[in-house]
Amino acid sequence: MTHTIPVPKTAAPSPSRHDQAATPPHVPRPTRRRWRDRAADPVFNVLAIGMLLVAIVVILYPLYFILIASVSEPSEILNGNVWLWPQGFTLEGYARIFSDATIIRAFGNSVLYTVVGTAISVAAILCAAYALSRKDLFGRTFFMLLFIITMFIDGGLIARYLVVRDLGMLDTIWAIVLPGAIGVWNLIIARAFFENNVPAELREAAQLDGANDFRFFLQIVLPLSKPLIFLMIMIHLVANWNAFFDALIFLNDESKYPLQLVLRNVLIQSEVSAAGGTGALDSYAAAQRLGELIKYGMIVVSTVPLLIVLPFMQKHFTKGALLGAVKS
Amino acid sequence: MTTETSTRIIDSATETDPSAAPTRRRGRVRAGIRRALRSWQLYVLLAPAVAYIVIFKYWPMYGAQIAFRDYNPALGFAGSPWVGLEHFVRFVNSFQFWRLIENTLTLNALGLLIAFPVPIVLALIVNQLQSERFKKFTQTVLYSPSFISVVVVVGMIFLLFSPRSGIVNNAIVAFGGEPVFFMGSPDWFRPLYIGSDIWQTAGFSMIVYLAALTAIDPALHEAARVDGASKWQRIRHIDIPGIMPVITILFILAIGNLFNLGFEKVLLMQTDLNLPTSEVIQTYVYQVGLQQAQFSYSAAIGLFNSLINLVLLLTFNWVAKRAGQSTLW
Repeated sequence: MTHTIPVPKTAAPSPSRHDQAATPPHVPRPTRRRWRDRAADPVFNVLAIGMLLVAIVVILYPLYFILIASVSEPSEILNGNVWLWPQGFTLEGYARIFSDATIIRAFGNSVLYTVVGTAISVAAILCAAYALSRKDLFGRTFFMLLFIITMFIDGGLIARYLVVRDLGMLDTIWAIVLPGAIGVWNLIIARAFFENNVPAELREAAQLDGANDFRFFLQIVLPLSKPLIFLMIMIHLVANWNAFFDALIFLNDESKYPLQLVLRNVLIQSEVSAAGGTGALDSYAAAQRLGELIKYGMIVVSTVPLLIVLPFMQKHFTKGALLGAVKS
Repeated sequence: MTTETSTRIIDSATETDPSAAPTRRRGRVRAGIRRALRSWQLYVLLAPAVAYIVIFKYWPMYGAQIAFRDYNPALGFAGSPWVGLEHFVRFVNSFQFWRLIENTLTLNALGLLIAFPVPIVLALIVNQLQSERFKKFTQTVLYSPSFISVVVVVGMIFLLFSPRSGIVNNAIVAFGGEPVFFMGSPDWFRPLYIGSDIWQTAGFSMIVYLAALTAIDPALHEAARVDGASKWQRIRHIDIPGIMPVITILFILAIGNLFNLGFEKVLLMQTDLNLPTSEVIQTYVYQVGLQQAQFSYSAAIGLFNSLINLVLLLTFNWVAKRAGQSTLW
């Protein structure tokens, strides 16, 4: 099933067609000459770099604005004075956030769910992917099919909810960390990694030395697979930290809410109710001068843990995307 | 231990006998079982994942039959009374039906048409950059929003587009316009949804295309440059054909998910006021099923939705195959 991205056959003839167009160098050709033959293509470069700069600003500015708004005086934001620098610097929003019991508990819950969920997912995926990477596994095709089918057919939201309910997992940590534990796509990536990076000769040698499958997997395969393990941990850390939907449907007990769900209630629900009518609007604004500030601050607080790990991930993420791209 | 040796003897005996085909097949199965027994540890490694997939994927698939029944928790999935297509008929005849179909289709098709080309264009441009440092910096910036959670992105939309204090409305007012209540307007739901989707995901999707672009033989570019091809021409005649297989496959996958895309985000962006455009099939399933506990009815709607997805996927895969493009299988 493996196939690398083919260099398409159609690409080869194309340059030669232009080759013919370019051979008489002195004859001026009015057609198709506009962008032609300037080694550096200045127009292209200006347009391309211009476009990318616009894209970079479009991406970064909202994030930057949230950051400066979270430390600015709410009235200054309201009047539209905050756009390049913070105005009326204040840390009140953060002070409120870090003294709020609900938010701190939710933060703790999120850390717990993320760590436990990541540990379960990564362990299960690595073990299964290794077994499936072994060509001598009897029933390998059957098991692969068992997993791949679930990528295309799905029991649906309601049945999933009922199963979790029947298992008695509602309002427990298990409803958060188990139902989405294994992504088949990640399993396929991990399997491909083992197939390409663990030579069969190595296993034969280890077997001669008396190592069984467990020992070989733990002591030889895993140490060889650090980039993969790292990638898997990162993918799951981010996904688990950002997840909110399973918590929304499986948790009723507010003391078990993860941060994303609390965020949703603070950022989105309150805004909707507040935006109902102008009368309610004014009283809301008056009652919660800090409301705005807390919202900006909470976005920062919930996103910063990820931005801290981002630099570590970037090399591995590119690699992982590549791995995913070359697997069919 | 003795049984194992004896089976091995039998196996080797049957395997050396080429004339008896059925015996040989039985021998192969037995050899497989013997191999399986010897590598039982591999099955131990596989067990948690298989248990997971059976419990959390196949059991719900089995449970999806409640779409044809009147689900009663006491009687279970298979014990509830059979009602056939009643729920489907009710859904198709409900006044919500066409509105849901229209909203789902418009939002996702529009999103696909507008958002799908963006990462390709970005990848083609970034790929042409000469400075490695600028290239790396651009990549990092462009994909950084994909690490931000949906909740935060939607929260940011609510804040930035807020009619009272949002910076967008501040800018509109500063230029002499009237403030717009973006989140309360059915007309603005789709642009905001698609725009923020591009903002969040285009950079990450770009990486896949960039990876595909690096797989193109540099000699092709070299030759084209010697022949005087401009960057535009090289992009058009080398890069785009070169990543076409990847584009096709990702497009088919996107089509297959046409009715699935970004349901969580739609749910988050819904307000009472933008419901005329923001109510899609899946949010309706959530609302009817989990909030009103009409399990069977909403399961039927969900199944209807998955069915459309599967048909779309198969159709487009077939079309791509007919067109001689790479396909999923």
